Amino acid sequence: MTVFRTLAIAGLLLGYAAVTSAQSAVDEIAKYRQQLQDGNPADLWEARGEDVWKQKRGPKGVSLERCDLGLGPGVVTGAYAQLPRYFSDADRVMDLETRLVHCMVTLQGMSLADATKRPFGSGTNRSDFEALAAWITAESRGTKMNVSISHPKEAQAYRLGEKMFYFRGGPHDFACATCHGESGKRIRLQDLPNLTEKAGAQLGYTTWPAYRVSQGELRTFQWRLYDCFRQQRFPELKFTSEASIALTTFLAYNANGAAFNAPAIKR
Amino acid sequence: MTQPRPLLLVLLFVLGGCATPTELDIAKQAHEVMRASFKETGQATLDRLNQDLAQSACSIPPSTSVNKEIAATIEKENMASIRYPADGKLLGDWKSGERIAQSGVGKQFSDDPKNASGGNCYACHQMSKQEISFGTIGPSLLGFGKLRGNSEAIQRYTYGKIWNAQAYSACSNMPRFGHNGILTEAQIKDLTALLLDPASPVNQ
Ligand code: HEC
Ligand code: HEC
Repeated sequence: MTVFRTLAIAGLLLGYAAVTSAQSAVDEIAKYRQQLQDGNPADLWEARGEDVWKQKRGPKGVSLERCDLGLGPGVVTGAYAQLPRYFSDADRVMDLETRLVHCMVTLQGMSLADATKRPFGSGTNRSDFEALAAWITAESRGTKMNVSISHPKEAQAYRLGEKMFYFRGGPHDFACATCHGESGKRIRLQDLPNLTEKAGAQLGYTTWPAYRVSQGELRTFQWRLYDCFRQQRFPELKFTSEASIALTTFLAYNANGAAFNAPAIKR
Repeated sequence: MTQPRPLLLVLLFVLGGCATPTELDIAKQAHEVMRASFKETGQATLDRLNQDLAQSACSIPPSTSVNKEIAATIEKENMASIRYPADGKLLGDWKSGERIAQSGVGKQFSDDPKNASGGNCYACHQMSKQEISFGTIGPSLLGFGKLRGNSEAIQRYTYGKIWNAQAYSACSNMPRFGHNGILTEAQIKDLTALLLDPASPVNQ
């Protein structure tokens, strides 16, 4: 099945390369997304993620099944649609990956260094976070985004995230807003969602994590931010950093009301 | 630059209509959080998070415009930064310019600093009929030289615009290629030729 999918994807990409006008290229991408939606390789990450969640691991030899993602220990369904959020046990706002690290350290007894060893996978060096995120987020598919900023620390994260979104710097003077501040724009042929508007924020946020056809990997929202900052010519965003959580809070809150619809499949 | 920078910055916030102390506090906090949230990798050092006047003024939404007074200050400062070539020649080789316009490498932490940066003009501009993969953040430059001619004044404008876009429009989304050391003088000459040479694909 995997082989078949890989072939199908390769074929579609070849088809994509051969089209000659900008509009038909865009149509073509929409078409292959549609076709692949029924057979998204993200399934493989989801299955592994469920295993990782249930495996007894770490020095304490326990699973993550008692991990509280915000809706109570072990409750996964619908949890991602309310993240990031304030967690009183840690007295801070956490996004999914940060919360998972917290559970690996407090429940499973891992060191912080061990827990955060591999945020993003490549080839055979697979990332547990990508697998866990695939499975956990899939359990929110169809749930309406409902992120709170009523706790003062949540409100603070939102406001910091908003500032960072408009923060221009680096050799290219780029901010997130440079590429995502106006509707109907694109870079080369890639459409850029306007993340300052409800519809754009909803589309941009609810379709991550995503299986990236071009990379053959499933990527999380933190990876999306990490790679956009790279294109922004900023230094390297640290995994589970406060800036990452703040920006995620800003964008996730702006997506409120839309049905969560990931893991998706992207170029 | 008659005033010390911090004063100018405060003034900026006042004039920008975002004078509440909390706004300033949040901006400062956001900056501290960012400094703690990134690590230096390769050429992408943490000082990239230090803003100059244009960067900090243009970080207030919508980030592509500011009020007239600040815009004038930004344009004046940036205009003064443009360095025209000592030999007075502004037109290079348009063929090399086309390669620079196509190339998107440079300045990312994943790029090797030994390689020359590209201008990535096609990311934002339509420039030739052959290249259908162009972006729309900037206006179409198709036929730029045909429309504007090739006078000394147009050459100086084009070279200067690529060197420092904000000398002509404060808070432009276009990178300041010469000013910020992305492209060299020779590369900017080649791009000027790409836009103005009657033989270049831009003007077909
Ligand atoms: C230099 C341009 C550029 C900058 C700056 C930039 N992005 Fe992006 N962003 C892109 C491109 C191009 C894509 C689409 C990538 C693709 O399709 O492969 C994208 C995609 C995204 C998406 C996913 C949209 C979707 O529908 O899949 C999000 C969310 C996003 N960016 C957020 C941000 C944030 C937050 C920042 C600032 C930290 C930022 N971007 C800075 C170019 C940029
Ligand atoms: C990230 C987007 C972006 C990139 C990359 C970019 N530009 Fe621009 N450019 C713009 C925008 C936006 C404008 C319009 C606002 C302004 O005038 O500054 C513009 C305006 C211009 C103009 C003025 C057009 C006029 O009508 O007078 C020229 C010339 C130009 N760009 C050339 C270039 C060249 C050459 C490159 C590559 C070296 C380049 N641009 C790269 C965004 C970009």
